Amino acid sequence: MTKLQMPKIDRKVFARKDTIVKDLKKIVNPEYVLDHKDELRPFETDGLSAYKQKPMIVIFPENTDEVSKILSYCNSEKIKVVPRGAGTGLSGGALPLADCVLLCLGKFNKILEIDYKNRCVVSQPGVTNLSITQAVQDKNFYYAPDPSSQIACSIGGNVAENSGGVHSLKYGTTTNNLLGVEAVFMDGTISRLGGKTLDSEGYDLLGLITGSEGLLCVITEVTVKILKKPEEIKAALIGFPTIEDGGKCVTEIISSGIIPAGMEMMDKELIRATDNFVKAGYPRDAESMLIVELDGTESDVTELMERVKKISQKNKATSIKISKNDKERLKFWEGRKAAFPACGDLAPDYYCMDGTIPRGKLAEVLKEIQSLSKKYNLPVANAFHAGDGNLHPLIMYDSNDKKALAKTEKFGEEILKYCVKVGGVLTGEHGVGIEKRELMCEMFNNNDIQQQIKIKKALDVSSLLNPGKVYPILRKCAEEGRVHIHGGKTKFPDIPRY
Amino acid sequence: MEEKLNSPTFQDTDLIYPESEKEVSDLIKKFYKSNIPIEIIGLGSKRNIGKPLQCAKTLSLFKLNGIIEYLPEELYIKVKAGTRMSEIEDILEKNKQQLAFEPIDFGYLFLGKSNYGSAAGQIACNISGPRRFKVGSARDHVLGFRAVNGRGEIIKSGGTVVKNVTGYDLSKLICSSYGTLAALTEITFKVLPAAEESKTLVIHNLSIDNAPEYLDKAISSSVDVSGAVFLPIHPICNDCEMSVEKTFKLNDLKNLGSLTALRIEGTKKSVNERMESLKLFLNVDEKNTSALDTFQSKILWKKIKNLELFSATKNNIFRIVIPPSECTKLIYELPNKFKYFVDWGGALIWMEACELSEGKFNSIRKKVLKHNGYISMIKYSDYLPYVEDVFTINNARFNISQDIKKSFDPKRILNPGKMYTGI
Repeated sequence: MTKLQMPKIDRKVFARKDTIVKDLKKIVNPEYVLDHKDELRPFETDGLSAYKQKPMIVIFPENTDEVSKILSYCNSEKIKVVPRGAGTGLSGGALPLADCVLLCLGKFNKILEIDYKNRCVVSQPGVTNLSITQAVQDKNFYYAPDPSSQIACSIGGNVAENSGGVHSLKYGTTTNNLLGVEAVFMDGTISRLGGKTLDSEGYDLLGLITGSEGLLCVITEVTVKILKKPEEIKAALIGFPTIEDGGKCVTEIISSGIIPAGMEMMDKELIRATDNFVKAGYPRDAESMLIVELDGTESDVTELMERVKKISQKNKATSIKISKNDKERLKFWEGRKAAFPACGDLAPDYYCMDGTIPRGKLAEVLKEIQSLSKKYNLPVANAFHAGDGNLHPLIMYDSNDKKALAKTEKFGEEILKYCVKVGGVLTGEHGVGIEKRELMCEMFNNNDIQQQIKIKKALDVSSLLNPGKVYPILRKCAEEGRVHIHGGKTKFPDIPRY
Repeated sequence: MEEKLNSPTFQDTDLIYPESEKEVSDLIKKFYKSNIPIEIIGLGSKRNIGKPLQCAKTLSLFKLNGIIEYLPEELYIKVKAGTRMSEIEDILEKNKQQLAFEPIDFGYLFLGKSNYGSAAGQIACNISGPRRFKVGSARDHVLGFRAVNGRGEIIKSGGTVVKNVTGYDLSKLICSSYGTLAALTEITFKVLPAAEESKTLVIHNLSIDNAPEYLDKAISSSVDVSGAVFLPIHPICNDCEMSVEKTFKLNDLKNLGSLTALRIEGTKKSVNERMESLKLFLNVDEKNTSALDTFQSKILWKKIKNLELFSATKNNIFRIVIPPSECTKLIYELPNKFKYFVDWGGALIWMEACELSEGKFNSIRKKVLKHNGYISMIKYSDYLPYVEDVFTINNARFNISQDIKKSFDPKRILNPGKMYTGI
C-alpha cells in the first residue's frame, strides 16, 4: 500500500474524545454514536480499499436538524468531519481521518415524494441510485445517470461525486439531472439550493456543490429529474480488425450526427476475458469491439441503426450483431459489465484508471498504453466509455512482487499524464479524492487551485469538512492515481464495476 | 452589417478594449490595487439586465474575438469571450450542429431588431430558449472556461470533454454570475447535431385553463417533444401590443387566436410518425390544429425564443420560473391585465407588465415564491426604471453568495451590485 500523507492529527481534539462522544450523544440518539474500535472497523475504508483509517467517532444523524447541530458543534470545537453516503466511491473521498467524526447518511433512506406532474423525485440522500428508477418504473419513468455501482451507491454520494454512467453522452451526468438539494454547511447553515424549477437564480450554488466531493457541504435532501423511458432500445455488437478502425468508427458515428445512448469499447484482452467469464457471444477474433446502444422511437432507432451499420462496414467491421430483443441486448451488456471481475481471473491484482480524453485520440492513447505496457512489462486490458472518451485501463500485476507494484504505480501515472497531454482530464467519473490529489497540478496551475481552495475556505473557514481530499498536500504532485484491487476482491465484491 | 452597427457605441468616456487575456489581467490587477470598480461587458446587448452600475471604468470584451478551435467530431467549440453569437451559430450551422440550449437574441426585446451579443454575455446571463426543458440550459453546455478574477489572476476550470469531475465545476458558477465573479476570456461550448427535421403541431384557441394540460401531456409522453409553448391572446391589455397574430403570421396556420405549439425534431420519417402519434395521443380535432413543416416551424420557434412577441416594448418585462404544476394557479393569482406567454411546458412564464410599480412587482414576487418559483426583472420601463431587487434570493443563499463573491473578487471591483446590493 502506498503511504499517504493526510492532514496532521489534532491531538487536542483526540484527547477530548470522551467529552465529544458525550456531547454528540446529546444531539442524536445515543445508540447512533459509535466510538469503540470494533464498531469503527467497518467504516475504515470506502471503495478504494487500499487505504484504511479508522475514524475517531461514527455518527448516524436521523434528520437535517441533527446534521446541522453536529456540524455547528464540530465547527465551534474545531473537529474534522468526513461525510459518507454508501461508501462505494473509488477515489477515497470517504476515507476517514484518525481525528474525525464520520458523518454517515445511512439513516436518510426514504424517498420523500414522487411528483409526476413536475417530473421529479424528492429523496433523502442515503437512498440508492437504482431505487429511484425502481420507484417510478411502473409509470415508465427512470432516472438517467446510471453509475455501475447503482445497486449500492447512494444518490447523495452521486451528487458529491457528480456520478456518470454509460449513458452520460446523451443524458448527462448527475449535475445535468439534478434540480435541487437541501444542504447543510459547516457552520450549521441549512439552505435549499434549487427545487422543482428547471433553473435557479443567482449564483449556481447547486452546480458548484455537485461534484465537490463532500468538501463544501453535507447533502440532506435531493430532487432529481425523471425521464420517460424511450419507446425502443437496441444495441449493436461490432468487431474490428484493429484498434484504429474501432476508434475511427466511434468518431465517424458522432460526426454523422448520431448521439448514441451508450457507446462502449473493449480491446482484445478484455473481449476474450469477459467472453470467457459470461459467454456473451463476443467476437473473439476482433482486436477491438464496440457496443453501440441507440434509443428513441422505433423508427428513429431502426433508421439510425442502419446508419451505424454502414459506418461500421466502411470502417472494416469484421462482425456486426444487432440485438433482436431486450434479452439479447442485456446479454451484450452483461459481458461489458463483467469486465472488471473478468480481470480478476487474469491476474492476482489490477489497478483501474479513470481518465477522459477527446474521442479522436482514442486510438492514439490506446497505442500509447500498449507501448507503455511493453515498457513496464505489465499486461493491460482496456474498457472505454468511448462515447464520452472516458477510459478505464486495467493494469494487471501481482502485489506479492514488490517491484511489480512500484512499476504499476509508475505505469498508471504515465497513462493519466498522457490523458492530460492529449487534451483530456484526470478523472471522468471516479473523482479526485485522495487518489489523484497529487496529480491535480498536471491539469491546473497554482492560480486555478488557489481559486478553488479560496471557495472552500469561503464556505468552510477552518477547513474542517473532509480535509485532505481533492487538493494536493505533497509538493511533488505525482504519485498516486489508481484503484487497487487484490485477488479480484474489491471492498464491495457484489457491486458491478464498469 | 446589422451586427456591426450594433457593436459598442456606448457613451462611456472610460471604455477600455483590452486585446488579449494578458491585457485583461494587467488592467484588473491595476484596478484591484487602486480599488477602482469596473463594469465588465461583452458586446453590451444585455447590459440593461440587472441593476444599473455606476463604475469609473468599463471593460469591454469586444476585441477578444474569434473562434479558437472548433472540432465538430469532438462536439465542442472553443471561442474567445467576446466572439459574436451570430458568428458561432453560423459556423455550427455549416456543420449541421448547434448550441442546443437555444441562446436568446435579446436585441428584439430591447431594440426591436437583432443584437445577439457575445458568447460571454450568453454565459453570464444563463437564460436559455424553448428547448431547455429537454436538453438543459446554457450552464449545461459549457465544458470549460478561462477568465480573470477580481485580483487580476488568470484562472481556468473544466476542459473540452463532457465527462470531467476534476476539481470543482466552476463553469456552473460562472454561468449566471453576470460578470460579478470574473471577466471571461475564453469559453468552450458543448455542441450537438442539429435535427434534420423540425415539425410543429399547433392547437388553436386553447385557454390558460386547458393549454398547460396539453403541454404537460405532450412532454410526459414518449413522443419526445422539444418545444412546448402556449401563446394566449387573452387577457387583452390596452397598454400592451396584443401581437400574437401579427408576430406569428405563418401560411400554414389555419386559424387566428391563441396558439399552443408542440415541436418535434429528428429524422424525417421519425418526425412524421411522431406527429401522428402526438395527434392521436392528445386526441385533437384536425379542424383546430395546424401542422407546420420544417421551414415554418423554424421561423415560429426562432420568434418565440427571441421574444419577438414583446419586440421593442416600452413596458416592463419579467421572467418567472416555476414548477410546471403551478403555472395555471399562479397565472390566476396575478393581475389579469398582463400580457404573457408560457414556455418550457409550463415551467417558464414571460410577462409584460404595464403601469407596474415596485410595490406591485414585490407583491407578484411574493406570489411566485409561494408557488416555489422565482422572478427576475429583465427589462425596465420609463415608469419603473429601477427596482431594488431585480433577482430573487433569500438570506442564507445571500450570505453564501457573498462569501463566494469575496473568494473571486475580494474588493468587489467587478460589476459591484449588478445582481444584489452587497455582491
